Amino acid sequence: MPFKRYVEIGRVALVNYGKDYGKLVVIVDVVDQNRALVDAPDMVRGQMNFKRLTLTDITIDIPRVPKKKTLIEAMEKADVKNKWENSSWGRKLIVQKRRASLNDFDRFKLMLAKIKRAGVVRQELSKLKKDTSS
Amino acid sequence: MAAKRKTPVKTRNPDLVRGVGKYSRSKMYHKRGLWAIKAKNGGVFPRHDPKPKSPATAEKPPKFYPAEDVKKPLLNKRKPKPTKLRASITPGTVLILLAGRFMGKRVVFLKQLTSGLLLVTGPFKINGVPLRRVNQSYVIATSTKVDISGVNVEKFDDKYFSKEDKKKLPEEKKENQKAVDAALIKSIEGVPDLKAYLAARFSLKSGMKPHELVF
Repeated sequence: MPFKRYVEIGRVALVNYGKDYGKLVVIVDVVDQNRALVDAPDMVRGQMNFKRLTLTDITIDIPRVPKKKTLIEAMEKADVKNKWENSSWGRKLIVQKRRASLNDFDRFKLMLAKIKRAGVVRQELSKLKKDTSS
Repeated sequence: MAAKRKTPVKTRNPDLVRGVGKYSRSKMYHKRGLWAIKAKNGGVFPRHDPKPKSPATAEKPPKFYPAEDVKKPLLNKRKPKPTKLRASITPGTVLILLAGRFMGKRVVFLKQLTSGLLLVTGPFKINGVPLRRVNQSYVIATSTKVDISGVNVEKFDDKYFSKEDKKKLPEEKKENQKAVDAALIKSIEGVPDLKAYLAARFSLKSGMKPHELVF
């Protein structure tokens, strides 16, 4: 049960509280026991309490407190965006966001699609049942 | 009151700074043309004598005085403003009715009447809601819009909905319903699943949180 994800310079984290909720940020320095200096391509570099961050598996290779340009290049090189969007955690978040943004008509169409799929599944199942029973 | 001009005149003396006009007193006298008015009147500014007042008829003393002084109620000059239509409601929006006989039905918004109520139709063939008036407060506006360009709603107003004959629905109203719905149904059938959507009622299911739902 040892720890696998460490707070280190270059660790990518997800903000789970506050104004930047849901954003991916990079830890660029550690301020003290509780706080990190954190940066992302579209925000001003600032401090955040570790309690506001959830560490991910992704790290990038940066020097301590890099310039914004260097940070962006390093993120491109490590392909953070695609790695995140293809990870199961990232995909789940995307699906959650999509579900939350469905409008009433979309929810209706979703219901129709679910019923249709269930019908197809049930047909196959009944076919299988017939095959095994016969 | 002197006759009002059709368009108000711009001030002849624009402000240079607040409190200081561009033109001096003598220049303004000239600009206003008071010299021309005087010239027309022979060097003297025209003066009109006050109109003679018609003699007031002698008021007869009233036969009855109230025991206490009766207060006159204050004058109320308030004019109610026209009901503001929510920005999310535009012609063709699908609305969810929240109260009344058709509660939960999804209907198409046609226009806002002068009384502030919304004119709405099922369409009747799809969900049984006729041309009807509905209050904005009892409605959720969804973001789904139907193309309403082929529909003529000019002739419907609040008077159309006054009920004199409560027993029978006149043929004319049925014809109007059919005319409005014909164009609407065509544009509705152009969108897949929209007809079934309008035919179904809205209800809150388990786990649906209205304050988190996007409509």
